[in-house]
Amino acid sequence: MDDNRRRFLKIAGLSILGMGIKPAADALASAEPKMIPSPEALVGKRWAMVVNMKKLREGGTEVMDRLSLACHSTHNVPDMGNPKSDVKWLWQEPYEHAFPGTESEILHKHHEGWASGLKVLVLCNHCDNPPCVRVCPTKATWKRPDGIVMMDYHRCIGCRYCMAACPYGARSLNWQDPRPFIKTELNREYPTRTRGVVEKCTFCFERLAKGLKPACVDAAKNKELVFGDMEDPKSEVRELLKTNFFIRRKPELGTSPQVYYIL
Amino acid sequence: MLEKAISGPKSYVAWVLVLLVILGIGFANYLRQLVFGLGITGMSRSVSWGLYIGQFTFLVGVAASAVMLVMTYYLHNFKKFGKITILGEFLAVASVIMCITFVTVDLGRPDRAVNIFLYPTPNSVLFWDFVVLSGYLLLNIVIGWTVLGCERRGVPPATWTKVLIYVSIPWAISIHTVTAFLYAGLPGRGFWLTAIMAPRFLGSAFACGPALLILFCMFLRKYTKFDAGWEAIQALAKISAYAMVASVFFFLCELFTVYYSQIPGHMTHFEYLFAGLQGVGNLRPLMWVCVTLAIIAAILMVLPQTRNSETWLPVGCATVFFSLWMEKGIALVVGGFIPNPMEVVYQYTPTLPELSITLGVWALGFLILTILYKVALGVRAELDAGSVSVNAPK
Repeated sequence: MDDNRRRFLKIAGLSILGMGIKPAADALASAEPKMIPSPEALVGKRWAMVVNMKKLREGGTEVMDRLSLACHSTHNVPDMGNPKSDVKWLWQEPYEHAFPGTESEILHKHHEGWASGLKVLVLCNHCDNPPCVRVCPTKATWKRPDGIVMMDYHRCIGCRYCMAACPYGARSLNWQDPRPFIKTELNREYPTRTRGVVEKCTFCFERLAKGLKPACVDAAKNKELVFGDMEDPKSEVRELLKTNFFIRRKPELGTSPQVYYIL
Repeated sequence: MLEKAISGPKSYVAWVLVLLVILGIGFANYLRQLVFGLGITGMSRSVSWGLYIGQFTFLVGVAASAVMLVMTYYLHNFKKFGKITILGEFLAVASVIMCITFVTVDLGRPDRAVNIFLYPTPNSVLFWDFVVLSGYLLLNIVIGWTVLGCERRGVPPATWTKVLIYVSIPWAISIHTVTAFLYAGLPGRGFWLTAIMAPRFLGSAFACGPALLILFCMFLRKYTKFDAGWEAIQALAKISAYAMVASVFFFLCELFTVYYSQIPGHMTHFEYLFAGLQGVGNLRPLMWVCVTLAIIAAILMVLPQTRNSETWLPVGCATVFFSLWMEKGIALVVGGFIPNPMEVVYQYTPTLPELSITLGVWALGFLILTILYKVALGVRAELDAGSVSVNAPK
């Protein structure tokens, strides 16, 4: 009897140890690419986006609405219709919310000046040093070699530590089943999400893989949004930033955001 | 030893039944949350952690405070704590189980919780928190149970138990430090981004845990045959008193840095909590009650006249407990999210299901604590009655 119990415990102990080996080995192993990208895929060393506020101002909020819709319909982003459980990937914020502390308090008080009443398009900044990636306990969010901060909806446990860590409010949890709230036509090329997982903009990694630019950039006919490789000196983003004054959101936090705003 | 928890006086059975009912209602509401999603709570896109994570943070402190007994008894050989160290260890066990339960009910996808172990991520503080918390739970169960078993047989604990006891001392400090690091390392949250966070956590933990233990000891003294001894209670009270003063001091240090530097990202949270911001402030009353209780607590605990009084000491301990619960169990977590990174105030109010689930987890903790204390006191009573001969095999 006792012998049986001892044997059972031995086997059980060994099995548990064995189950632990693979994850432990995976954690130590180097991250080698396991897939070959398609030949037509867009490849970059450091993807970045330029939001050209000069052009967006000309178009007004309708243009920004259109760009958000292009993103949200491509990715089956639900329209929850309330600030409590909103899911947002690309949306508008008043200038002073997107860039807190940069406006003149006096101008703001008098509703004067350049930034008064201005709306800004905001999205995940795909930081070079992303705090969300640092805190995720399951590697459900991680930074790709090309700089995209990715999300794995199938690994996320919904702990929302990334939401606490993101200084830009770029992450949304699905507080309930999002599927009934998808108001746009369902895009069968992109997965819908379940309740309890976090989501955000992924720079349209799935479109880049097919050689397409991000959906919002495609919809920006007047080049209000420009996408490209910051490490490529000849890229459009690099050219634009060479000759224009730009700002980034909360750069003092050391996250190195890769969404640049031309004013 | 567990058989001692099965039977007891009517009041014991009634208490266990009450806890089971609260636990049952909480569980039913948790099932609703599982089906609907976390949207059933008051948490939002802006305030993405609420009551659950607040309770978790608070209870890590209660768990860590057992070290105050363990260290005093085993390291400094303070014999007066001999009778109650086990109560501290079992309080730690119940608290850590509550902590783990609170984190679990807070998960959006609890079915995937094992991912934390399947994909271990050393750069995540949450991963380390799981490691230290589960380690601490194991240490306290093993130590408490073994020491109690040895006591029952009238033999000294084995050397390996002693080793575990010494390991548990720094380990207790680590659980609350790592929990503070969950908050103190986030670049965009001014309310939490402060090096005083871990010391503050430890200070409030060492005030709150002993205060709770004193309340338990005084309750047991009055209603059972177990007497912790007034000297032991007084020693605990002194620990709680100075830890309370230390935590008030740490809080004032934080206030100085925040208000003398005048950095908006750090000030706005305090403004929201104590004065209201953008025209709203539903935590204001709670915060002022918390401050008032903290002042009363510090006075009652530090003044020898009130600390030594059998009537005032429990009042002092209750004020310590409730003021720190408001500070750490609610304001610390919620306050960090208001205003949000866009500097917009979006308020948080827990919903009824959320409150019920929270109460359910507390009931679970009290149930575990009741059972463990029943066992411990049962063994003690047996020894006192001399019904078990020394070195009896069972």
